[in-house]
Amino acid sequence: MPATFPHDSVGLVEPSVLKFDQPLALVCGKTIPQYELIVETYGSLNEQRSNAILICHALSGDHHAAGYHSEEDPKPGWWDSCIGPGKPIDTNLFYVVSLNNLGGCNGSTGPTCVNPDSGELYGPDFPIVTVKDWVESQARLADRLGIEKWAAVVGGSLGGMQALRWSLDYPERLGHAVMIASTPKLTAQNIAFNEIARKAITSDPDFHQGHYYRHDTVPTKGLMLARMIGHITYLSDESMGEKFGRDLKRQAFNFGYDVEFEVESYLNYQGKRFSKTFDANTYLLMTRALDYFDPAADFGGSLEEALSRAVCSYLVLSFSSDWRFSPERSERLVESMVKAGKRVSYAEIDAPHGHDAFLIPTPRYMAIFTAYMRRIADEVAA
Amino acid sequence: MMRADLNVIEPWVEPETTVLDLGCGDGTLLAYLQEKKSVLGYGLEIGEQQINECVRKGVNVIEHNLDEKDLSSFADRQFDTVIMTQALQAIRRPDRLLDEMLRLGRQGIVTFPNFGHWRCRAYLLTKGKMPVSRTLPYHWYDTPNIHLCTFNDFESLCQQKQIRILNRTVVNSEFETTRLALRWPNLFAELAIYRIAKH
Repeated sequence: MPATFPHDSVGLVEPSVLKFDQPLALVCGKTIPQYELIVETYGSLNEQRSNAILICHALSGDHHAAGYHSEEDPKPGWWDSCIGPGKPIDTNLFYVVSLNNLGGCNGSTGPTCVNPDSGELYGPDFPIVTVKDWVESQARLADRLGIEKWAAVVGGSLGGMQALRWSLDYPERLGHAVMIASTPKLTAQNIAFNEIARKAITSDPDFHQGHYYRHDTVPTKGLMLARMIGHITYLSDESMGEKFGRDLKRQAFNFGYDVEFEVESYLNYQGKRFSKTFDANTYLLMTRALDYFDPAADFGGSLEEALSRAVCSYLVLSFSSDWRFSPERSERLVESMVKAGKRVSYAEIDAPHGHDAFLIPTPRYMAIFTAYMRRIADEVAA
Repeated sequence: MMRADLNVIEPWVEPETTVLDLGCGDGTLLAYLQEKKSVLGYGLEIGEQQINECVRKGVNVIEHNLDEKDLSSFADRQFDTVIMTQALQAIRRPDRLLDEMLRLGRQGIVTFPNFGHWRCRAYLLTKGKMPVSRTLPYHWYDTPNIHLCTFNDFESLCQQKQIRILNRTVVNSEFETTRLALRWPNLFAELAIYRIAKH
């Protein structure tokens, strides 16, 4: 519990909620009549309003990317490793905007909010939003904040997909797109894992077709299982081996089916913790947004064609042990970017942590990320 | 650091064209061509520090190990110029790489040290040992230069492959062109910079 915050932390932060009354027409054909976005900002906007960075979050992320919510807050925001004074996304240089996406469950309008049409909670009736819809809502957020053009849109995993979509939908409104541990589309295997997660949730007897709020319950078991399977895909065999090996909680086998191995205990703990804080309908929605993401499909299946409209520069980073969105996928993306004549730099970071490596400040990752962001800072200051 | 070969290469690159630099190092050449010729350049590199340095300079750099991964992911004639400075002799199959360079680019630029330089010849003749010099500072057992050749070797390979030599600049290790080197390059020049094309 930090009584004083680390010197490279943005310190105490407070989210704010912005209300949008203009209806948002979604890709699925439905419309959200009005919505709220919860936002945190770090650093300050310069006079030219040119140093703004948009942070896009991944599946279970939210607006709280950096800093602490109170003196007693045991943990900083989810990307505190990369956002703060002197960090790659240097808050001495940039004005950083981080939001909880539409459909989320951490303060922005989503399934846990009241549907103004019915006066009841949205629940499963919350329309499925796609990455394109998020970009649209983020563009309105930029308008509201008076940001004509982002210095960069930055994200890891699903966040990187939003950065890519930004570069296609609003090419003039960003200078750089930074895609970390991301992919231009999911593979069958990725979708399969998502389906298991969804099935775990929807087959929980407490799910009630998504109307669990009405029954005053939560599909805890399903959500827990979904998180456990997801969590495995975020780690690597190597990192799990290093962390847990075959360690037992007690000295010897119990010859039963209760939790005996450390890795079981860890997964159960992670699953349980997650199921208490995250909304099951949001989890379903986020996994679908992942599945549907395929910007090339909007351009005859050609990623190069899709990219042809982009004018920003790209930084693409992958991690050697990431088997969820493997380096090969980033390489394919980079090849398409080069073929489309776009400015792009790419590095594969050697890191053992699997997909989660994008959250971990390994030296080479920090070095290249910092170098790229400094370059952007120089550009916008010039 | 100012590299003298930049001045040789620059006039061979048309303004606002695309350039691929194989083994781009710290991006000095591409940064120079971006500034002087407004090219759209990409460098392939494997060194971490070099990659970071490219990023710092604003040079597009792609991590790519030329010995492990071929260039098949790039399309035919995707670039106007493909450059390889002082690495041809360190590549496992220089002949195949030349083919690839001229598949990807309308023209290629290669530089390499001349193993036919008189000092190399004299070293081998008098000492009976593999030459060690300023341009070739390695021993036979630790050298990255696994395919050393002379200018004559290179030019016969080009002839065999029907590769046209558009320009050739021969220099000593200070990147100066001496009269002797011009007259008898295979004996008196230490480095050559070739501009090549197919047909």
